Amino acid sequence: MNAKVFYTQPDGSERILEATPGDSIMRTAVRNGVSGIVGQCGGSLSCATCHVFVDDRDAGDFPPVSEDEDDMLDVAATDREDNSRLSCQLILTDGQEVHVTIPAVQL
Amino acid sequence: MTTGHLLVIGAGQAGAQLVTSVREHGWTGPITLIGSEPHPPYRRPPLSKEYLRGSADTAALALRSDEFYRDQKIDVVLGQRIDRLTLSADGGTAATTTGRQWQFDRLALATGAEPRRLPVPGAGLAGVVVLRDISDADALAARLRPAVDLVVIGGGFVGLEVAATAAAAGVSTTVVEAAPALLTRVVSAETAAAVQAAHEAQGLRIRTGSRPVRFHGANGTVTGVELADGTLLTAGLVLVSVGARPRDDLARAAGLHCDGGVVVDQHSVTSDGRTVAIGDCANLPDPSPRSSGLRLRLESVDNAVEQARAAATTLVGDPRPYRGVPWFWSHQGNLRLQIAGLAVAADDVLVRPGKRPGQQTVLRYREDRLVAVECLGTPGEFLALRRVLAESVVVTKDRAADTSVPLKGLLAAT
Repeated sequence: MNAKVFYTQPDGSERILEATPGDSIMRTAVRNGVSGIVGQCGGSLSCATCHVFVDDRDAGDFPPVSEDEDDMLDVAATDREDNSRLSCQLILTDGQEVHVTIPAVQL
Repeated sequence: MTTGHLLVIGAGQAGAQLVTSVREHGWTGPITLIGSEPHPPYRRPPLSKEYLRGSADTAALALRSDEFYRDQKIDVVLGQRIDRLTLSADGGTAATTTGRQWQFDRLALATGAEPRRLPVPGAGLAGVVVLRDISDADALAARLRPAVDLVVIGGGFVGLEVAATAAAAGVSTTVVEAAPALLTRVVSAETAAAVQAAHEAQGLRIRTGSRPVRFHGANGTVTGVELADGTLLTAGLVLVSVGARPRDDLARAAGLHCDGGVVVDQHSVTSDGRTVAIGDCANLPDPSPRSSGLRLRLESVDNAVEQARAAATTLVGDPRPYRGVPWFWSHQGNLRLQIAGLAVAADDVLVRPGKRPGQQTVLRYREDRLVAVECLGTPGEFLALRRVLAESVVVTKDRAADTSVPLKGLLAAT
């Protein structure tokens, strides 16, 4: 069963996408041309251009932030919040629903 | 005008980004994206890694879904190579040898680059391959087996990535590099030495200062590589990874100024004042915030994406210059190299040892100004320094050398 991701832009507009389990939130966004999620490095924790804020109700559904991701979020182009993640690290599971908000600046 | 027909020749990372961005910026007219490969736009970096190992297939490499192009009304034409281009004051025509033809109002060239070959005897033997696209990777993967001795000619990004992938799969691998060090013209001697040591610890054999003079073969298939010093390396497979040349032939034949790439200005506009050229095929002014003014070509995902995003603003009539700190990454086995900025050999070197073995950050200074950084296994420091470069934050050598202060603190202090 597909996962479902709700992407909210900084201006409040929302886009809902069906996602293949096993894909990341970054990959799903890039494949569908969601503005504001760049994902330059393709998910190899090199660029921090896929920063998102994960809705609190969904935050616990993912593994914790790794040391590298933590270091990278500290210097993300849009200031980090408690619910900041790099969406290339958020792998979707069967039937999962996730709500994320895209920051104003990625680079 | 955003209602005409936009034709984009070249369906790589740059072409795919351009059609995406130009739609975002309000281009409402028809868009055609033409590619010579049978695959829709895909990510090339995994070809030397996940794809070669077999852990990613072509579907996983696709940049955008088929639905995306359909929803955005972008006509993606695959397996067609444009070989005739006629430009006029208000548009033009592009045609293939097979007689297919497209009229356009605006044109973007994203034709990329193609691997250089080595002009030595035996270069045409079976088993002497290059790596640029999916078909190259398939040919390489088909011959890559533990029983085969692999020789990689060229110690640059692609060569070292493939060598590391092969070595990890148990293939006996030797890298032959003509220069005295790996990654010359790309990183400092200090970074190159650390990269070489890491690879050698993983069992890779590296011969710097060595040049192949002949490929030996039997029954039409390569069996060995003869070096200038007379050494003969056994080889059942040879990857030639000695750089790429821009595909600017089409542009040149159409009368556009080319000089080692299609010459463009900071808005990605070519010499006809109308056509744009982006990505690996473009010869552009240094886009750095504190530009050297030098013209260069940038073969990177970053440049393909960011130049395309800027060129989209040119096409919709709201031109914003292309500005950004060029950056590059190369994952070679477990080794993660990231570079930002453009250094030259004469620039000073300041080494910040990492907290753990294998980690190292190198800062390059021109006089007292930070111009580039080279990070091994330190992605957090890399991002901090990339922002330092982008925002032209002043970081003195004394501060950078003080490893008791995390580099991210440099940003907070401004």
